[in-house]
Amino acid sequence: MHKFEYASPTTKEQAVALLGKSWGETEALAGGTDLLSLLKDYLVTPKRVVNLKGIKELSSVLTPRDGSARIGALASIEAVRDLGRGFAALSQAAAGITSPQIRNMGTVGGDLCQRPRCWYFRSGFGLLAKDESGNALVPNGDNRYHAILGNDGEAKFVNPSSLAPAFIALNAKIKIFGPAGEREVEAAKFFVTPKSASEREYALQPNEIVTMIHVPSTLGVRSATYEVRQREVLDWPLAAASVALTLDASKKVKTARIVLGHVAPVPWVAEEAAQSLIGKTISEDAAAEAGRLAVANAHALSRNAYKIQLASVAVKRAILQAVS
Amino acid sequence: MAEYKWPEEGKRQHLGKRISRLDGPVKVSGKAKYSYDINRPGMLFGKILRSPHAHAKVVSIDISAAEKMPGVKAVKIINGPGFEIQWAGQELVALAAVDEPTAEDALRAIKVQYEKLPHLVNEADLSKVPASNLRPASTNATGDVAKAFQEADVVVEGFYGNDVITHCCLESHGLVTEWTDSNNVMIHPSTQSVSTVHNDLARELKLPAGNIHTHMDHIGGGFGSKFQIDLWGIEMTKVSQMAGGKPVKYFLDRDAEVMIAGSRPSAYAKVKVAAKKDGTITAWESDAWGSGGMGNIGSPPYPYVWTRIPNIKTKFQAVNTNVGPQRAWRAPNHPQAALITMGALEDLAAELKMDPLEFFLKNIELTGVRANTYRDELLKAAEMIEWKKNWRQRGEGGPGSTKTVKRGLGLSIHTWGGQPHNSDCDVIINPDGSVEVKMGTQDLGVGTRTALAIVAAESLGLPLNAIKVTIGDNRLPVSGASGGSTTIGGISSSTRRGSIDALNTLFEKVAPAMNTTPDKLEAVGGKIQVIGDATKSLTWKQACAKLGTQPITARGKQPGKEQLASAGVGGVQMADVSVDIETGIVKMNKFVAVQDCGLIIDLKTAESQVFGAMIMGVTYSLYEEKVMDDQTGRMLNANMEFYRLAGLRDIGEFQVHMMTGKGYDERGPIGLGEPPTNSPGAAIANAVANAIGVRVSTLPLTPDRVLAALAKKGGKG
Amino acid sequence: MSSSDERHDNPQADQAGVSRRNFLKGTSVALTVPLIAQSEKVVKAAGADVPVYGPDKVNITLTVNGAAKTASVEPRVTLLDTLRNELDTTGAKRVCDRATCGACTVLMDGKPVYSCTVLAIEAQGHKIETVESLEQNGKLHPVQQAFWDNDAQQCGFCTPGFVMACKALLDEHPTPTDEQIKLGLGGNLCRCGTYHGIKGAVAQASAGMKKLKGGKRNG
Repeated sequence: MHKFEYASPTTKEQAVALLGKSWGETEALAGGTDLLSLLKDYLVTPKRVVNLKGIKELSSVLTPRDGSARIGALASIEAVRDLGRGFAALSQAAAGITSPQIRNMGTVGGDLCQRPRCWYFRSGFGLLAKDESGNALVPNGDNRYHAILGNDGEAKFVNPSSLAPAFIALNAKIKIFGPAGEREVEAAKFFVTPKSASEREYALQPNEIVTMIHVPSTLGVRSATYEVRQREVLDWPLAAASVALTLDASKKVKTARIVLGHVAPVPWVAEEAAQSLIGKTISEDAAAEAGRLAVANAHALSRNAYKIQLASVAVKRAILQAVS
Repeated sequence: MAEYKWPEEGKRQHLGKRISRLDGPVKVSGKAKYSYDINRPGMLFGKILRSPHAHAKVVSIDISAAEKMPGVKAVKIINGPGFEIQWAGQELVALAAVDEPTAEDALRAIKVQYEKLPHLVNEADLSKVPASNLRPASTNATGDVAKAFQEADVVVEGFYGNDVITHCCLESHGLVTEWTDSNNVMIHPSTQSVSTVHNDLARELKLPAGNIHTHMDHIGGGFGSKFQIDLWGIEMTKVSQMAGGKPVKYFLDRDAEVMIAGSRPSAYAKVKVAAKKDGTITAWESDAWGSGGMGNIGSPPYPYVWTRIPNIKTKFQAVNTNVGPQRAWRAPNHPQAALITMGALEDLAAELKMDPLEFFLKNIELTGVRANTYRDELLKAAEMIEWKKNWRQRGEGGPGSTKTVKRGLGLSIHTWGGQPHNSDCDVIINPDGSVEVKMGTQDLGVGTRTALAIVAAESLGLPLNAIKVTIGDNRLPVSGASGGSTTIGGISSSTRRGSIDALNTLFEKVAPAMNTTPDKLEAVGGKIQVIGDATKSLTWKQACAKLGTQPITARGKQPGKEQLASAGVGGVQMADVSVDIETGIVKMNKFVAVQDCGLIIDLKTAESQVFGAMIMGVTYSLYEEKVMDDQTGRMLNANMEFYRLAGLRDIGEFQVHMMTGKGYDERGPIGLGEPPTNSPGAAIANAVANAIGVRVSTLPLTPDRVLAALAKKGGKG
Repeated sequence: MSSSDERHDNPQADQAGVSRRNFLKGTSVALTVPLIAQSEKVVKAAGADVPVYGPDKVNITLTVNGAAKTASVEPRVTLLDTLRNELDTTGAKRVCDRATCGACTVLMDGKPVYSCTVLAIEAQGHKIETVESLEQNGKLHPVQQAFWDNDAQQCGFCTPGFVMACKALLDEHPTPTDEQIKLGLGGNLCRCGTYHGIKGAVAQASAGMKKLKGGKRNG
């Protein structure tokens, strides 16, 4: 890791003032579970690291009676796991991180802003994974863990966030603070597919920070997250799905949101699959059909066709889990 | 006089009991100092610049900026301009600085120009391997294979394989090295060979061997990869010399550890096997290949264990790849040979619609001298896993299977040698009654310290805590490297002889005072007494007091008089798995092992060895793969995130049964570290095939491979 | 499960034959020293003076196993490397160095963290407990005793991390369910394959810790 100077501000105003105006100059430190690895592998080489954990107001978790939640960006992943029944998709996603060390250290904001695990990126070939001559490495390389959806551009990595699909399924909004003050984006729009290696995978300016995630009322919402992981010990999912459903009095689906994780450069909203559930009673067949629709437009790379099957199964199982 | 031969069952105080390891307390409390934990005054930190390219020529190296950096004490080019790099991670420059961050900064200040050359890093698909990377094939034949296949009722052909895996020792390779004066070197390596690891260093430094002092108290894993001083050991000692002899600590970073500090060669084979309708195996033919990097590798033994199949034809070819070199990995070649042999035979049984247990038992004489052991072990293991109740024909799914989760059972048998290595041991009885055992051996976590204390205490009729064990230093009596499961036989034999010799000397000293002759004495329960007459006795302390000022020192040796240890064991393992056929994820339900290892010294640590081997087996069967990238020549998972090891809850229920008693004990101790690592891949792969009705050809059995096999099966109808 | 086992009360201590007493660079200081580093630089941010440390070495104070320890490290140095290289507290091991394997596990304010992935400078003001803190007056902690009794270590390199994760698990859930064990010990890896012993150790320590807690006030 390169040398850097370190500051630990106590207010969000100080924090954004200490952050640089272009990517690479400075990095914000929250749980550190990703940033320290990025630093050690020289994937980021900031001149200054700004520790956000001194900003106490950002770690609170509020769950008012209306079934909503205001989750501070610095709340630990463990705190999210403890949220109540209405937030099943979130707490199940948090529990998918089976390492207590990561759940204690890792923050909600950090989970959303962590960088891709693409092994070409992590080996130093850049976010878009190109060799010295500019040849793309993923299409002809070992792409077993890469994207099956949204992979028609140069970005072939998958978004690594555990919580993002659940937040998106629950229609969460992300509060962002910067020099111009506060703004809010829908969780689904927080994630972007970068066009160049110098861009980031999320809609932050270099001197902005995530301050809070607002989950609207979950009263009556049945949600779940299903991850396909090889091991029970800490492991990256091969595919994941979060769903959020509301049912009418006759147990027919009134609204549905389905979001896939680890399959595309961004958390992937499966609109058509969700639509297919509206008006139906959840059954194995209905869930399987939604699973099929969720990957209808998937496009396998040379070695990851199996992920299409896994994503489809994850959707099916998440739906069934949500109503069980 | 006391005799060398091991005491009979019923007369053993400690041997074969369940005894907690002596170094348990220092390990659980964090006090155990591994070589990686050694900190010395004024110590520098070493770093090595490694090639990012798999095959390239070094054009130029500029170390001037690094040399000028404050805090950098020495920079040394290991492989300079003109050197042809043969794998990514190969060493180019060594340096040392006052702290680790400074050393790392210096490393990044070095400029190297490379001329890239074409590389080959994957060999599973032999058709893509250039002829220039193929080593000459070796072949073997007995009987008439062509005729046997012609006359056979059933012939099965298949492809089986096992990708390269790495040792991934948790304590990486490395050492702390320093010049204690201009002529003497002290090293704290992480090594499997305390007594001999300094020899190559002495040669390289042109120092007398006696001028290098080696010390190591604990080692964080070796598994066959830590016998040598290694290039970094030599280079860092030279760097220490350049820095005025200051201590230098160098341990590999995790990426280098898994890239270049040892791997198990791949093994792939096309196999054809034949049988008569009644299940009698008649022929074996295999066309096999594999790679362990640039060096040559020998063929795994095909067919494994079933060496008396009447007609055998084999071919093996090693492939040169630009990958960090292989090292002995726990039972070299056996796990691969077991996977491929037992896989082909299980497929043959499935084709015959025979229960593989019945099929193995029917043919058991084809295993040769250990047929009876295997028969007993197969029946015992079958009882433990409830084979009869739980086994179903391939593809039917065992009891408890659902629409999406299929259960299956699989088995495998294995062997290993494990003859005792050479060993010297000093047993010292002090006039105050204290006893010391001194030996230049090492405890890899298998319980060597504990075994030494058990053997000495047993021999001298003392409690365990009466024995002080000192190991881990090359100034102690020389004992062999811990590899090939040779340690327990070697160290227990030399300690037994040393203890008995020391005891007999004590008998000679005290016999006159007891009005008897030495041949009438025995050491029992902390006393020296006339055989069979407890009324005529001295306490151990009283007896030792008769020594005056001169302690007894006896040097026990292996080999020596009378054979106390032997070689050659058999084992059986059976796996019960569940496969989620929608996701391809394999979960272990239960895994049982029945193992023979001759006379057991410590049942507790012996069982731990078997449990450990089985768990390592689950890991290599389901998760481990050194992923090499064709385009960049790099290892893509040089970490512990995507180089996956099983966790606590990934292993299922385990049971181990050790074969002991008559027919086993009289063979003396036989090494145990390796044999139980041989069968897991085969047993688990066979269980998966049994569960899902189709063979997944290659380990690890990852979801992509399981789903691909299922799709192929579906396509066939 | 270990009641019938023989035990040995005189474990082999290290015999390094090398003096380490000159080594310690970090020193113990009184707990009254303020637990913040001295900065040489201040940056105006949002109207406030925010101290900025480094990039060169900074004097820091850590609370390790109840004692205040000072060290001089650059902000880029991790807690693990500071413990091991500056304070000669080597129980926590460096293995993956990337927040995966758990060998470096220590407790920070009572919770398990990967010390390889915490900057030493940000660990100031927190209570750090390493494996060395568990043994009291020569008596092993119930978790340590259970690891020994159940032979839950072979090479032992993962053991300190596992012991700390296990202690944290049982502090929170004295009688853990399967799910709690999964979520409590899912951040540690072993290479020798000691999981069978660790399962036994968790069961034994669970009983032992309950007894310990019963004797004291509610933990």
